Amino acid sequence: MNVPEPFAGEPVHSPVRHHILSVLVENKSGVLARIAGLFARRGFNIYSLAVAPSESHARFSRVTIVVDAESTPLEQIVGQLDKLVNVVAISDIAPREAVERELLLATIKTDVANRTSLLDTLGNAGAAIVDVDPGAVTVMLAGTPSACDDLERALEAFAEVELHRTGRVALPRLGRSTPATVEH
Amino acid sequence: MELTGAQALIKSLEQQGVDTIFGLPGGAILPVYDPLLDSSIRHILVRHEQGAGHMAEGYAMATGRAGVAMVTSGPGATNIVTPITNAHMDSTPLVVITGQVATSSIGLDAFQECDITGITMGVTKHNFLVQSAHELPRAVAAAFHLATTGRPGPVLIDVPKDVAQSTMEWWYPAGVEEFDLPGYRPTVELDESAVARCVAMINGSERPVLYVGGGTLKSRASGELLAFAERTRIPVVTTLMARGVFPDSHDQHLGMPGMHGVYAAVTAIQRSDLLITLGARFDDRVTGKIASFAPDAKVIHVDIDRAEFGKIRRPDVALQSDVASALRAFDAAGATPKGLDGWWREIRSWQASYPLVYDEPEVDGPLRPQHVIESIARTAPAGTIVASGVGQHQMWTAQHWPFEEPNTWVNSGGAGTMGFGVPAAIGAKVGRPDRTVWCIDGDGCFQMTAQELVTARSEGIPIKVAILNNAYLGMVRQWQEMFYDERYSEVYLSPDLPDYVKWAEAMGCVGLRATNVKEMNDVIDEANQINDVPVVIDFRTDSTEKVFPMVPAGVSNDDILVHPSQRGGAR
Repeated sequence: MNVPEPFAGEPVHSPVRHHILSVLVENKSGVLARIAGLFARRGFNIYSLAVAPSESHARFSRVTIVVDAESTPLEQIVGQLDKLVNVVAISDIAPREAVERELLLATIKTDVANRTSLLDTLGNAGAAIVDVDPGAVTVMLAGTPSACDDLERALEAFAEVELHRTGRVALPRLGRSTPATVEH
Repeated sequence: MELTGAQALIKSLEQQGVDTIFGLPGGAILPVYDPLLDSSIRHILVRHEQGAGHMAEGYAMATGRAGVAMVTSGPGATNIVTPITNAHMDSTPLVVITGQVATSSIGLDAFQECDITGITMGVTKHNFLVQSAHELPRAVAAAFHLATTGRPGPVLIDVPKDVAQSTMEWWYPAGVEEFDLPGYRPTVELDESAVARCVAMINGSERPVLYVGGGTLKSRASGELLAFAERTRIPVVTTLMARGVFPDSHDQHLGMPGMHGVYAAVTAIQRSDLLITLGARFDDRVTGKIASFAPDAKVIHVDIDRAEFGKIRRPDVALQSDVASALRAFDAAGATPKGLDGWWREIRSWQASYPLVYDEPEVDGPLRPQHVIESIARTAPAGTIVASGVGQHQMWTAQHWPFEEPNTWVNSGGAGTMGFGVPAAIGAKVGRPDRTVWCIDGDGCFQMTAQELVTARSEGIPIKVAILNNAYLGMVRQWQEMFYDERYSEVYLSPDLPDYVKWAEAMGCVGLRATNVKEMNDVIDEANQINDVPVVIDFRTDSTEKVFPMVPAGVSNDDILVHPSQRGGAR
């Protein structure tokens, strides 16, 4: 069976104006509010934002922010972000230099009529079923943002879908001759 | 040594060399006020928390050191948000300590609880909610470090009542590495290649202008500026925030640029081929319509804050540095434009055609506000510090007061906070008791914060306040006259209500009044003789007087409106 591999391929989904900022922050209360507040008051647009403890768990967290670098110059966003005292380091990753992943969870009402086409859709997307009851399934897809986009669109054909996405996380691609990130 | 959090807080402030706190106690901060009784630190008891904040700002602007204010939680904290915002806009180093309800009550809508760290997140350089008494010394040391290094600004420390009451084993961080600020790197290496590009641009320029902003004052670069300007003969303009950093009497000084700038300063920027921008931020009050601002100029932008680069105007070279280091580097590389004689001839012709002017006052009054300011300045001792509120009187003071040295001008620039003048003047006098301190105020501004003269009288802080009483919110009146068909909406205040002389006297000050030129000279002389109590003078000025030159909002600087007496020949 020819199942598309969601963990491969170039991230063709990203228009150029997206930029990914991987931001290392102190793991202190209010840090996320400081970042969100900065973006709100300066009118910077965020496409997605994901936060989790980083490699040095207790002290730092990593925030992955996908920003609109067209409405505001990237260096302006980075410069203002860098002024937040709790921001330790900012890596700016161009989409084509990044490995990006996102998690999608969706619960879909099922019946005899739609079950076959739903299983086809999930199979084509490489999604997995993670919970089942007689009238519904919950599925997940961990893949590129574009794979998640595709599955989200495909699921529009089904009635009553509850869908949740995490927003992407990213790291620089390995083995590039030029450095993929700029530490600020 | 075991101390309470309150004792540790006061001891930490002493450790930082704090000599004065401006504040007002209340429930949540009560524990901290007890050890203050045993401290060498002077506390100035204000009548409103806004006054404490502005006093701390005035203190900071006059001394160059961080100002310190302390207030209680809830309304005490929210009352000081305006000064914090003001300090944030003008990069004034401030450490504000607020009381907070006990940690166990936070989030429960306790009495006088408010989320002051949340409220001030966008208007402080940083803030701390201290979680334990042990953390207090670190918070204080880090707050002073943050407030005074890099681009200065206000830092707030929120101290829950139980943190102040609990005990700790005394310690104090030995150095920066113990401040726990892994993301804060205020110093930067000078980028030599950027310096080289700056030097090349300066060498190649024919119509350069030194566009000097408040960052030049903050980096104490007046000496470097004077040396660089005199060696290169490049003309200098000083923004509202930079007045005093370059002597007004210097023949290379064109004055203030911007909405109410001197014609030659505004026009030199417009015609310039190179703006050497030193700690300035292309504020809309300076640039006018940004698309037509200095259209032929290349831009060198020197700033300690790299977020200023390209925020408004894209620089041709951005040099992240304090101004003093950048100027020393330019000098070391011998940056010199070739010949500026033709440029100076043009500038001199603008200066000759359009000097700052105003109509002579009638002998019987009303007084001309500019004439009052010049008359006060003429009799003021050298080094006098002048503070102002916000509005017409502020612009006239910035235009007509002869500033000769740094830290003698205390005003509210970015935020434009009416009522700043009186408390800021008090703070300046506390910081520099050796100096004469005048507050040139408007009648509208005076009414906002005048109660702090009670503070001044009771604490023995003899400032002098000149109210330019034109019975109006004058700047708004000016806009309504010029841009709203003389439809005056809610701007009239009355010259007699309140009676400023009686009000001054009720606050323990000397109150004087002048309605004509003779009285003006007499009361200024009288005020100059009084050095033990504050003096307030009610100068009755012409309500119709307007600030010129003027670049209307959103209009190109090329369309500057000069004084009516200079029009016709004007461009």
